[in-house]
Amino acid sequence: MDIQVYIALSLTLFTIGIVGVLVRRNAIIIFMCVELMLNAVNLLLVAFSKMHAASPAVKALPTYASDAQIFVFFIMVVAAAEVSVGLAIIVMMYRNIHSVDVNFLNRLKN
Amino acid sequence: MNITTLAFFLLSFIAVGSAIMMITSKSPVHSVLWLIVVFFSISGHYILLNAQFLAVVNIIVYAGAIMVLFLFVVMLMNLNAETEPIKNYRLQLIGVLAGGALLLVLISAIMRIDVEQVVQMKTGDAGLIKVLGMTLFKNYILPFEISSVLFLSAMIGAVIIGKKD
Repeated sequence: MDIQVYIALSLTLFTIGIVGVLVRRNAIIIFMCVELMLNAVNLLLVAFSKMHAASPAVKALPTYASDAQIFVFFIMVVAAAEVSVGLAIIVMMYRNIHSVDVNFLNRLKN
Repeated sequence: MNITTLAFFLLSFIAVGSAIMMITSKSPVHSVLWLIVVFFSISGHYILLNAQFLAVVNIIVYAGAIMVLFLFVVMLMNLNAETEPIKNYRLQLIGVLAGGALLLVLISAIMRIDVEQVVQMKTGDAGLIKVLGMTLFKNYILPFEISSVLFLSAMIGAVIIGKKD
């Protein structure tokens, strides 16, 4: 499979995430769209890792293709930490204004 | 068209379709379930790329832990399609148009490049647990230890934010 096809797939998923963030007003759905964008980037990193594994020029390096997958692993670690803090913030927001609509969060506007 | 190409396009179709269903479904519970379908199809992509460790970790961490946390919060707040906030159709149209324009520009840009790089599928040892474990505990031992501090601070932060006072 060509690398362009993988880039196109990841871009499509990433753009769907962006459209979701722009269109939806529910804070939980917006947060899930951010997770979708992170996963699109993860897929692209793994595809690039396997692209380097196929090319003979970089085989001299010791960790020629595993670095990107370690990076994906750390992205998952950071995403797990982010989700715990973010959902705590959303629960706190629901407790204060009894809604998860981000349009109500305009107290800094004036 | 061989079986690998067929599996790739099937998984891509499932991923993109479920992602679109996720952002268009009214009920937040349905959105969470569609996002789980997206994560499973991305895990299928990892298996197709022979990244077995990441496929398993993606299912355990994302589809298992993170999405259960989302589902838990959605059900805790008792959100359903009736509590959906008021829609502004003009803003939605502008958002879809902006996203579509971005996708069009990026796709046309990457179709213009002519690299002859091929992604290695179904073979290769870069994604096996042994190789990744050796890399993680030899070259990346310091970030691995720092991530434990990150988890501790995230845990303390979540407890402090969620505390009732």
